[in-house]
Amino acid sequence: MSPAVTPGTIPGPPAEPMARGREKNEWPLWEVFVRSKAGLDHKHCGSLHAADPQMAIQLARDVYTRRQEGTSVWVVRSDQITASDPGEKASYFDPMEDKVYRHPTFYVLPKSLDHM
Amino acid sequence: MYTQAMDTMGKDRDDAPRPHGSPEDAERQVRFDERIDAGEFIEAKDWMPENYRKTLVRQISQHAHSEIVGMLPEGNWISRAPTLKRKAILLAKVQDEAGHGLYLYAAAETLGVSRDQLYEALHSGKAKYSSIFNYPTLSWADMGVIGWLVDGAAIMNQVPLCRCSYAPYARAMVRICREESFHQRQGFEALLTMMTHGTEAQKEMVQDAVNRWWWPSLMMFGPPDSESPNSEQSMRWGIKRISNDDLRQKFVDAIAEQAKILGVSLPDPELRWNEARDHWDFGPIDWREFWQVVGGEGPCNRERLAARVKAWDDGAWVREAALAHADKQAHLREAA
Repeated sequence: MSPAVTPGTIPGPPAEPMARGREKNEWPLWEVFVRSKAGLDHKHCGSLHAADPQMAIQLARDVYTRRQEGTSVWVVRSDQITASDPGEKASYFDPMEDKVYRHPTFYVLPKSLDHM
Repeated sequence: MYTQAMDTMGKDRDDAPRPHGSPEDAERQVRFDERIDAGEFIEAKDWMPENYRKTLVRQISQHAHSEIVGMLPEGNWISRAPTLKRKAILLAKVQDEAGHGLYLYAAAETLGVSRDQLYEALHSGKAKYSSIFNYPTLSWADMGVIGWLVDGAAIMNQVPLCRCSYAPYARAMVRICREESFHQRQGFEALLTMMTHGTEAQKEMVQDAVNRWWWPSLMMFGPPDSESPNSEQSMRWGIKRISNDDLRQKFVDAIAEQAKILGVSLPDPELRWNEARDHWDFGPIDWREFWQVVGGEGPCNRERLAARVKAWDDGAWVREAALAHADKQAHLREAA
Protein backbone atom coordinates (compact mmCIF):
# COMPACT_ATOMS: atom_id res chain seq x y z
CA MET A 1 0.00 0.00 0.00
CA SER A 2 1.26 3.46 -0.85
CA PRO A 3 2.34 5.56 2.14
CA ALA A 4 -0.12 8.19 0.95
CA VAL A 5 -2.93 5.89 2.00
CA THR A 6 -4.32 5.52 5.50
CA PRO A 7 -6.91 2.79 5.92
CA GLY A 8 -10.27 3.26 7.56
CA THR A 9 -10.01 6.98 8.11
CA ILE A 10 -13.02 8.56 6.48
CA PRO A 11 -14.44 10.71 7.85
CA GLY A 12 -13.25 10.16 11.40
CA PRO A 13 -10.36 11.68 13.30
CA PRO A 14 -6.77 10.47 12.93
CA ALA A 15 -6.52 6.74 13.60
CA GLU A 16 -9.81 6.36 15.39
CA PRO A 17 -10.22 2.59 15.56
CA MET A 18 -13.78 1.30 15.37
CA ALA A 19 -12.91 -1.24 18.03
CA ARG A 20 -12.89 1.52 20.59
CA GLY A 21 -16.54 2.19 19.92
CA ARG A 22 -17.38 -1.49 20.19
CA GLU A 23 -15.68 -1.84 23.55
CA LYS A 24 -17.99 0.85 24.85
CA ASN A 25 -20.99 -0.81 23.18
CA GLU A 26 -21.37 1.99 20.69
CA TRP A 27 -23.05 1.02 17.43
CA PRO A 28 -20.55 1.17 14.55
CA LEU A 29 -20.41 4.13 12.18
CA TRP A 30 -21.66 3.86 8.58
CA GLU A 31 -21.26 6.15 5.59
CA VAL A 32 -24.42 6.81 3.59
CA PHE A 33 -24.57 7.24 -0.19
CA VAL A 34 -27.80 8.32 -1.89
CA ARG A 35 -28.83 8.19 -5.55
CA SER A 36 -31.16 11.15 -5.93
CA LYS A 37 -32.74 9.87 -9.15
CA ALA A 38 -32.25 7.18 -11.75
CA GLY A 39 -29.36 7.96 -14.05
CA LEU A 40 -27.24 9.75 -11.44
CA ASP A 41 -24.37 8.50 -9.27
CA HIS A 42 -24.75 7.59 -5.64
CA LYS A 43 -23.34 10.52 -3.71
CA HIS A 44 -21.95 10.61 -0.17
CA CYS A 45 -24.40 12.49 2.03
CA GLY A 46 -23.44 11.75 5.63
CA SER A 47 -22.97 9.13 8.28
CA LEU A 48 -24.88 7.42 11.07
CA HIS A 49 -24.58 4.75 13.75
CA ALA A 50 -26.36 1.41 13.35
CA ALA A 51 -25.97 -2.09 14.77
CA ASP A 52 -26.10 -3.95 11.44
CA PRO A 53 -26.51 -3.37 7.66
CA GLN A 54 -30.30 -3.70 7.65
CA MET A 55 -30.67 -1.14 10.41
CA ALA A 56 -28.18 1.17 8.69
CA ILE A 57 -30.27 1.12 5.49
CA GLN A 58 -33.48 1.79 7.37
CA LEU A 59 -32.00 4.63 9.42
CA ALA A 60 -30.40 6.10 6.29
CA ARG A 61 -33.86 6.34 4.76
CA ASP A 62 -35.27 8.07 7.84
CA VAL A 63 -32.33 10.42 8.40
CA TYR A 64 -31.34 11.35 4.85
CA THR A 65 -34.40 10.96 2.59
CA ARG A 66 -37.34 12.49 4.45
CA ARG A 67 -38.19 14.67 1.44
CA GLN A 68 -37.81 12.29 -1.49
CA GLU A 69 -34.08 12.99 -1.79
CA GLY A 70 -33.37 9.45 -2.90
CA THR A 71 -34.36 6.47 -5.00
CA SER A 72 -31.56 4.21 -3.77
CA VAL A 73 -29.28 4.09 -0.72
CA TRP A 74 -25.90 2.46 -0.08
CA VAL A 75 -24.34 2.09 3.34
CA VAL A 76 -20.71 1.16 4.00
CA ARG A 77 -19.01 0.60 7.34
CA SER A 78 -16.76 3.64 7.85
CA ASP A 79 -13.86 1.45 8.96
CA GLN A 80 -14.01 -0.35 5.61
CA ILE A 81 -13.17 2.78 3.62
CA THR A 82 -9.60 3.50 2.61
CA ALA A 83 -8.78 7.14 1.96
CA SER A 84 -5.88 9.11 0.56
CA ASP A 85 -3.90 11.04 3.14
CA PRO A 86 -4.73 14.78 3.10
CA GLY A 87 -1.20 15.48 4.36
CA GLU A 88 0.09 14.04 1.08
CA LYS A 89 -2.41 15.95 -1.04
CA ALA A 90 0.20 18.07 -2.82
CA SER A 91 2.61 15.28 -3.73
CA TYR A 92 -0.26 13.01 -4.66
CA PHE A 93 -2.38 15.24 -6.88
CA ASP A 94 -0.18 18.13 -7.98
CA PRO A 95 1.80 16.11 -10.59
CA MET A 96 -1.30 16.37 -12.80
CA GLU A 97 -1.05 20.14 -12.76
CA ASP A 98 1.54 20.42 -15.57
CA LYS A 99 -0.06 17.84 -17.86
CA VAL A 100 -2.15 20.32 -19.75
CA TYR A 101 -1.89 18.15 -22.88
CA ARG A 102 -4.48 15.85 -21.27
CA HIS A 103 -7.14 18.48 -21.89
CA PRO A 104 -8.78 19.08 -25.27
CA THR A 105 -8.25 22.85 -24.99
CA PHE A 106 -4.46 22.30 -25.23
CA TYR A 107 -4.83 21.67 -28.97
CA VAL A 108 -5.34 24.70 -31.17
CA LEU A 109 -7.17 23.72 -34.34
CA PRO A 110 -8.51 25.72 -37.30
CA LYS A 111 -11.75 27.58 -36.56
CA SER A 112 -13.69 25.32 -38.91
CA LEU A 113 -12.86 22.39 -36.62
CA ASP A 114 -13.78 24.11 -33.34
CA HIS A 115 -16.41 21.58 -32.44
CA MET A 116 -14.10 18.57 -32.67
CA MET B 1 -33.10 24.50 15.06
CA TYR B 2 -31.41 26.66 17.38
CA THR B 3 -27.89 27.81 18.03
CA GLN B 4 -27.07 30.18 20.78
CA ALA B 5 -25.49 29.66 24.13
CA MET B 6 -22.55 28.79 21.90
CA ASP B 7 -20.58 31.79 22.95
CA THR B 8 -21.07 31.93 26.67
CA MET B 9 -18.46 34.53 27.52
CA GLY B 10 -15.80 32.02 28.39
CA LYS B 11 -17.83 30.65 31.27
CA ASP B 12 -17.60 27.10 29.98
CA ARG B 13 -14.24 27.31 28.25
CA ASP B 14 -11.06 25.55 29.20
CA ASP B 15 -9.09 26.36 26.11
CA ALA B 16 -7.57 29.81 26.34
CA PRO B 17 -4.99 30.19 23.57
CA ARG B 18 -1.77 28.40 24.38
CA PRO B 19 1.66 28.81 22.83
CA HIS B 20 2.38 26.48 19.91
CA GLY B 21 4.10 23.19 20.54
CA SER B 22 6.70 22.16 17.99
CA PRO B 23 8.23 24.27 15.21
CA GLU B 24 6.32 22.02 12.75
CA ASP B 25 3.07 23.03 14.44
CA ALA B 26 4.01 26.71 14.13
CA GLU B 27 4.58 26.16 10.43
CA ARG B 28 1.27 24.30 10.06
CA GLN B 29 -0.44 27.12 11.95
CA VAL B 30 0.82 29.64 9.39
CA ARG B 31 -0.40 27.46 6.54
CA PHE B 32 -3.76 26.98 8.31
CA ASP B 33 -4.20 30.76 8.78
CA GLU B 34 -3.44 31.29 5.09
CA ARG B 35 -6.11 28.78 4.13
CA ILE B 36 -8.67 30.48 6.39
CA ASP B 37 -7.76 33.90 4.95
CA ALA B 38 -8.15 32.54 1.44
CA GLY B 39 -11.67 31.39 2.34
CA GLU B 40 -10.79 27.70 1.93
CA PHE B 41 -12.75 24.97 3.69
CA ILE B 42 -11.07 22.81 6.32
CA GLU B 43 -11.86 19.09 6.09
CA ALA B 44 -11.90 16.54 8.91
CA LYS B 45 -8.46 15.08 8.21
CA ASP B 46 -6.69 18.39 7.64
CA TRP B 47 -4.35 19.73 10.28
CA MET B 48 -6.04 22.27 12.54
CA PRO B 49 -5.06 24.12 15.72
CA GLU B 50 -6.20 22.36 18.88
CA ASN B 51 -8.30 25.36 19.96
CA TYR B 52 -10.06 25.43 16.61
CA ARG B 53 -10.95 21.77 17.05
CA LYS B 54 -12.13 22.28 20.64
CA THR B 55 -14.20 25.34 19.77
CA LEU B 56 -15.91 23.41 16.99
CA VAL B 57 -16.56 20.33 19.13
CA ARG B 58 -18.19 22.54 21.74
CA GLN B 59 -20.24 24.57 19.28
CA ILE B 60 -21.38 21.70 17.06
CA SER B 61 -22.24 19.44 19.99
CA GLN B 62 -24.16 22.23 21.77
CA HIS B 63 -25.99 22.74 18.52
CA ALA B 64 -26.76 19.00 18.26
CA HIS B 65 -27.91 18.83 21.89
CA SER B 66 -30.21 21.80 21.23
CA GLU B 67 -31.87 19.96 18.35
CA ILE B 68 -32.41 16.88 20.48
CA VAL B 69 -33.63 18.67 23.62
CA GLY B 70 -35.67 20.94 21.32
CA MET B 71 -37.91 17.98 20.51
CA LEU B 72 -39.23 17.89 24.09
CA PRO B 73 -41.23 21.15 24.31
CA GLU B 74 -42.92 20.37 20.99
CA GLY B 75 -43.35 16.67 21.65
CA ASN B 76 -45.53 17.85 24.53
CA TRP B 77 -48.21 18.90 22.02
CA ILE B 78 -48.19 16.06 19.47
CA SER B 79 -51.01 14.17 21.18
CA ARG B 80 -52.95 17.39 21.75
CA ALA B 81 -52.74 19.02 18.32
CA PRO B 82 -56.14 20.49 17.38
CA THR B 83 -56.47 18.69 14.01
CA LEU B 84 -54.98 15.71 12.21
CA LYS B 85 -53.31 18.09 9.75
CA ARG B 86 -51.58 20.03 12.54
CA LYS B 87 -50.58 16.78 14.19
CA ALA B 88 -48.95 15.45 11.00
CA ILE B 89 -47.10 18.76 10.55
CA LEU B 90 -45.87 18.76 14.14
CA LEU B 91 -44.72 15.15 13.87
CA ALA B 92 -42.77 15.96 10.71
CA LYS B 93 -41.18 18.96 12.38
CA VAL B 94 -40.13 17.03 15.49
CA GLN B 95 -38.74 14.28 13.26
CA ASP B 96 -36.72 16.94 11.43
CA GLU B 97 -35.25 18.12 14.73
CA ALA B 98 -34.11 14.57 15.45
CA GLY B 99 -32.56 14.42 11.97
CA HIS B 100 -30.81 17.76 12.48
CA GLY B 101 -29.39 16.51 15.76
CA LEU B 102 -28.04 13.43 14.00
CA TYR B 103 -26.40 15.41 11.14
CA LEU B 104 -24.71 17.59 13.74
CA TYR B 105 -23.54 14.76 16.01
CA ALA B 106 -21.99 13.12 12.94
CA ALA B 107 -20.22 16.40 12.08
CA ALA B 108 -18.89 16.69 15.66
CA GLU B 109 -17.65 13.09 15.55
CA THR B 110 -15.39 13.91 12.60
CA LEU B 111 -13.38 15.99 15.10
CA GLY B 112 -12.38 13.00 17.18
CA VAL B 113 -15.08 12.67 19.84
CA SER B 114 -17.34 9.63 20.07
CA ARG B 115 -21.13 9.78 20.13
CA ASP B 116 -21.15 8.27 23.61
CA GLN B 117 -18.81 10.99 24.87
CA LEU B 118 -21.12 13.65 23.44
CA TYR B 119 -24.22 12.09 25.04
CA GLU B 120 -22.37 11.68 28.32
CA ALA B 121 -21.51 15.41 28.31
CA LEU B 122 -25.18 16.27 27.77
CA HIS B 123 -26.58 13.81 30.29
CA SER B 124 -24.13 14.77 33.03
CA GLY B 125 -25.09 18.42 32.60
CA LYS B 126 -21.55 19.32 31.50
CA ALA B 127 -22.59 20.35 27.98
CA LYS B 128 -24.94 23.23 27.29
CA TYR B 129 -27.86 23.48 24.92
CA SER B 130 -29.91 26.47 23.82
CA SER B 131 -31.54 28.02 26.88
CA ILE B 132 -34.79 28.61 24.97
CA PHE B 133 -35.81 24.97 25.52
CA ASN B 134 -35.88 25.45 29.25
CA TYR B 135 -39.13 27.39 28.93
CA PRO B 136 -42.46 25.54 29.13
CA THR B 137 -44.96 25.17 26.25
CA LEU B 138 -48.21 26.12 27.97
CA SER B 139 -50.70 26.40 25.10
CA TRP B 140 -51.21 25.30 21.49
CA ALA B 141 -50.26 28.82 20.38
CA ASP B 142 -46.76 28.12 21.73
CA MET B 143 -46.27 25.66 18.84
CA GLY B 144 -46.92 28.42 16.34
CA VAL B 145 -44.78 30.94 18.19
CA ILE B 146 -41.87 28.51 18.47
CA GLY B 147 -42.00 28.08 14.70
CA TRP B 148 -42.26 31.80 14.02
CA LEU B 149 -39.88 33.26 16.63
CA VAL B 150 -37.63 30.44 17.84
CA ASP B 151 -37.08 28.82 14.46
CA GLY B 152 -36.96 32.29 12.92
CA ALA B 153 -34.12 33.25 15.27
CA ALA B 154 -32.44 29.92 14.58
CA ILE B 155 -32.55 30.51 10.82
CA MET B 156 -30.94 33.96 11.25
CA ASN B 157 -28.19 32.28 13.24
CA GLN B 158 -27.75 29.31 10.98
CA VAL B 159 -27.69 30.76 7.49
CA PRO B 160 -24.23 32.32 8.02
CA LEU B 161 -23.02 28.95 9.39
CA CYS B 162 -23.52 27.41 5.93
CA ARG B 163 -20.30 29.27 5.07
CA CYS B 164 -18.46 28.12 8.20
CA SER B 165 -14.80 27.27 7.53
CA TYR B 166 -15.20 23.73 8.87
CA ALA B 167 -16.66 21.85 5.92
CA PRO B 168 -18.51 18.97 7.65
CA TYR B 169 -20.34 21.53 9.83
CA ALA B 170 -21.08 23.77 6.84
CA ARG B 171 -22.48 20.81 4.86
CA ALA B 172 -24.73 19.82 7.77
CA MET B 173 -25.95 23.41 8.02
CA VAL B 174 -26.82 23.59 4.33
CA ARG B 175 -29.00 20.53 4.73
CA ILE B 176 -30.58 21.87 7.93
CA CYS B 177 -31.32 25.34 6.52
CA ARG B 178 -33.01 23.78 3.51
CA GLU B 179 -35.40 21.95 5.84
CA GLU B 180 -35.80 24.73 8.39
CA SER B 181 -37.83 27.22 6.41
CA PHE B 182 -40.84 24.88 6.53
CA HIS B 183 -40.61 25.10 10.32
CA GLN B 184 -40.96 28.86 10.43
CA ARG B 185 -43.64 29.05 7.75
CA GLN B 186 -45.86 26.41 9.33
CA GLY B 187 -45.63 28.27 12.65
CA PHE B 188 -46.59 31.60 11.16
CA GLU B 189 -49.43 30.02 9.22
CA ALA B 190 -50.81 28.31 12.34
CA LEU B 191 -50.80 31.68 14.15
CA LEU B 192 -52.27 33.53 11.19
CA THR B 193 -55.13 31.02 11.04
CA MET B 194 -55.99 31.71 14.67
CA MET B 195 -55.62 35.49 14.31
CA THR B 196 -57.78 35.55 11.16
CA HIS B 197 -60.45 32.93 11.85
CA GLY B 198 -60.09 32.32 15.58
CA THR B 199 -62.28 33.29 18.53
CA GLU B 200 -61.32 36.14 20.86
CA ALA B 201 -59.98 33.59 23.31
CA GLN B 202 -57.76 32.06 20.61
CA LYS B 203 -56.43 35.49 19.63
CA GLU B 204 -55.63 36.19 23.27
CA MET B 205 -53.87 32.84 23.48
CA VAL B 206 -51.63 33.84 20.53
CA GLN B 207 -50.82 37.22 22.10
CA ASP B 208 -50.02 35.54 25.42
CA ALA B 209 -47.64 33.11 23.72
CA VAL B 210 -45.90 35.96 21.87
CA ASN B 211 -45.53 37.85 25.16
CA ARG B 212 -43.85 34.87 26.82
CA TRP B 213 -41.49 33.90 23.97
CA TRP B 214 -40.37 37.31 22.70
CA TRP B 215 -37.56 38.07 25.16
CA PRO B 216 -36.20 34.51 25.40
CA SER B 217 -36.07 34.51 21.55
CA LEU B 218 -33.92 37.66 21.57
CA MET B 219 -31.60 35.96 24.07
CA MET B 220 -31.03 33.12 21.59
CA PHE B 221 -28.46 35.25 19.79
CA GLY B 222 -26.23 35.14 22.85
CA PRO B 223 -24.65 37.85 25.00
CA PRO B 224 -24.06 41.36 23.61
CA ASP B 225 -20.93 41.83 21.49
CA SER B 226 -19.34 43.93 24.23
CA GLU B 227 -19.41 40.85 26.46
CA SER B 228 -18.40 38.23 23.90
CA PRO B 229 -14.62 38.26 23.93
CA ASN B 230 -14.42 34.89 22.18
CA SER B 231 -16.48 36.01 19.22
CA GLU B 232 -13.44 37.70 17.73
CA GLN B 233 -11.48 34.46 17.61
CA SER B 234 -14.45 32.61 16.08
CA MET B 235 -14.72 35.35 13.46
CA ARG B 236 -10.99 35.06 12.76
CA TRP B 237 -11.43 31.32 12.20
CA GLY B 238 -14.40 31.75 9.91
CA ILE B 239 -16.61 29.80 12.32
CA LYS B 240 -18.74 32.84 13.09
CA ARG B 241 -19.55 35.31 10.32
CA ILE B 242 -21.94 37.86 11.83
CA SER B 243 -21.88 39.22 15.41
CA ASN B 244 -24.55 38.43 18.03
CA ASP B 245 -25.88 42.00 18.13
CA ASP B 246 -26.01 42.36 14.35
CA LEU B 247 -27.99 39.13 14.03
CA ARG B 248 -30.31 40.18 16.84
CA GLN B 249 -31.01 43.52 15.12
CA LYS B 250 -31.70 41.75 11.86
CA PHE B 251 -34.17 39.50 13.66
CA VAL B 252 -35.99 42.38 15.40
CA ASP B 253 -36.25 44.28 12.10
CA ALA B 254 -37.83 41.27 10.39
CA ILE B 255 -40.17 40.26 13.20
CA ALA B 256 -41.45 43.79 13.93
CA GLU B 257 -42.82 43.93 10.39
CA GLN B 258 -44.21 40.39 10.47
CA ALA B 259 -46.01 41.11 13.76
CA LYS B 260 -48.04 43.80 11.98
CA ILE B 261 -49.21 41.28 9.37
CA LEU B 262 -50.11 38.85 12.11
CA GLY B 263 -51.91 41.52 14.14
CA VAL B 264 -50.09 40.96 17.43
CA SER B 265 -48.04 43.36 19.53
CA LEU B 266 -44.54 42.68 20.82
CA PRO B 267 -44.10 43.13 24.59
CA ASP B 268 -41.56 45.96 24.45
CA PRO B 269 -42.71 49.57 25.12
CA GLU B 270 -39.42 50.85 23.69
CA LEU B 271 -39.84 49.12 20.35
CA ARG B 272 -40.05 51.77 17.62
CA TRP B 273 -38.80 52.46 14.13
CA ASN B 274 -35.68 54.64 14.06
CA GLU B 275 -35.53 56.57 10.82
CA ALA B 276 -31.95 57.75 11.39
CA ARG B 277 -30.59 54.25 12.05
CA ASP B 278 -32.85 52.60 9.49
CA HIS B 279 -33.55 49.94 12.12
CA TRP B 280 -36.04 49.15 14.86
CA ASP B 281 -34.93 50.28 18.34
CA PHE B 282 -35.72 47.91 21.18
CA GLY B 283 -35.50 47.91 24.97
CA PRO B 284 -32.83 46.35 27.21
CA ILE B 285 -32.66 42.56 27.56
CA ASP B 286 -32.67 41.04 31.03
CA TRP B 287 -29.32 39.24 30.86
CA ARG B 288 -29.64 38.14 34.46
CA GLU B 289 -32.51 35.90 33.38
CA PHE B 290 -30.41 34.56 30.50
CA TRP B 291 -27.48 33.59 32.73
CA GLN B 292 -29.85 32.11 35.27
CA VAL B 293 -31.37 29.81 32.63
CA VAL B 294 -27.97 28.95 31.12
CA GLY B 295 -26.77 28.20 34.66
CA GLY B 296 -29.50 25.60 35.18
CA GLU B 297 -32.14 27.67 36.97
CA GLY B 298 -34.68 28.10 34.15
CA PRO B 299 -38.30 26.95 34.53
CA CYS B 300 -37.71 23.51 32.94
CA ASN B 301 -33.95 22.74 33.05
CA ARG B 302 -34.26 19.77 35.38
CA GLU B 303 -37.33 18.36 33.64
CA ARG B 304 -35.70 18.52 30.18
CA LEU B 305 -32.48 16.84 31.24
CA ALA B 306 -34.32 14.20 33.26
CA ALA B 307 -36.46 13.35 30.19
CA ARG B 308 -33.32 12.94 28.04
CA VAL B 309 -31.54 10.78 30.60
CA LYS B 310 -34.61 8.61 31.08
CA ALA B 311 -35.00 8.08 27.33
CA TRP B 312 -31.33 7.10 27.08
CA ASP B 313 -31.46 4.75 30.05
CA ASP B 314 -34.76 3.17 28.98
CA GLY B 315 -33.26 2.49 25.55
CA ALA B 316 -30.16 0.73 26.89
CA TRP B 317 -31.60 -2.78 26.51
CA VAL B 318 -32.61 -2.04 22.89
CA ARG B 319 -29.09 -0.88 22.00
CA GLU B 320 -27.57 -3.95 23.64
CA ALA B 321 -30.05 -6.35 22.04
CA ALA B 322 -29.43 -4.88 18.57
CA LEU B 323 -25.68 -5.34 18.98
CA ALA B 324 -26.12 -8.89 20.29
CA HIS B 325 -28.35 -9.69 17.31
CA ALA B 326 -25.80 -8.21 14.88
CA ASP B 327 -22.98 -10.24 16.44
CA LYS B 328 -25.05 -13.42 16.29
CA GLN B 329 -25.91 -12.85 12.62
CA ALA B 330 -22.25 -12.16 11.83
CA HIS B 331 -21.20 -15.43 13.47
CA LEU B 332 -23.90 -17.37 11.62
CA ARG B 333 -22.67 -15.92 8.31
CA GLU B 334 -19.09 -16.91 9.17
CA ALA B 335 -20.15 -20.44 10.10
CA ALA B 336 -22.15 -20.89 6.90
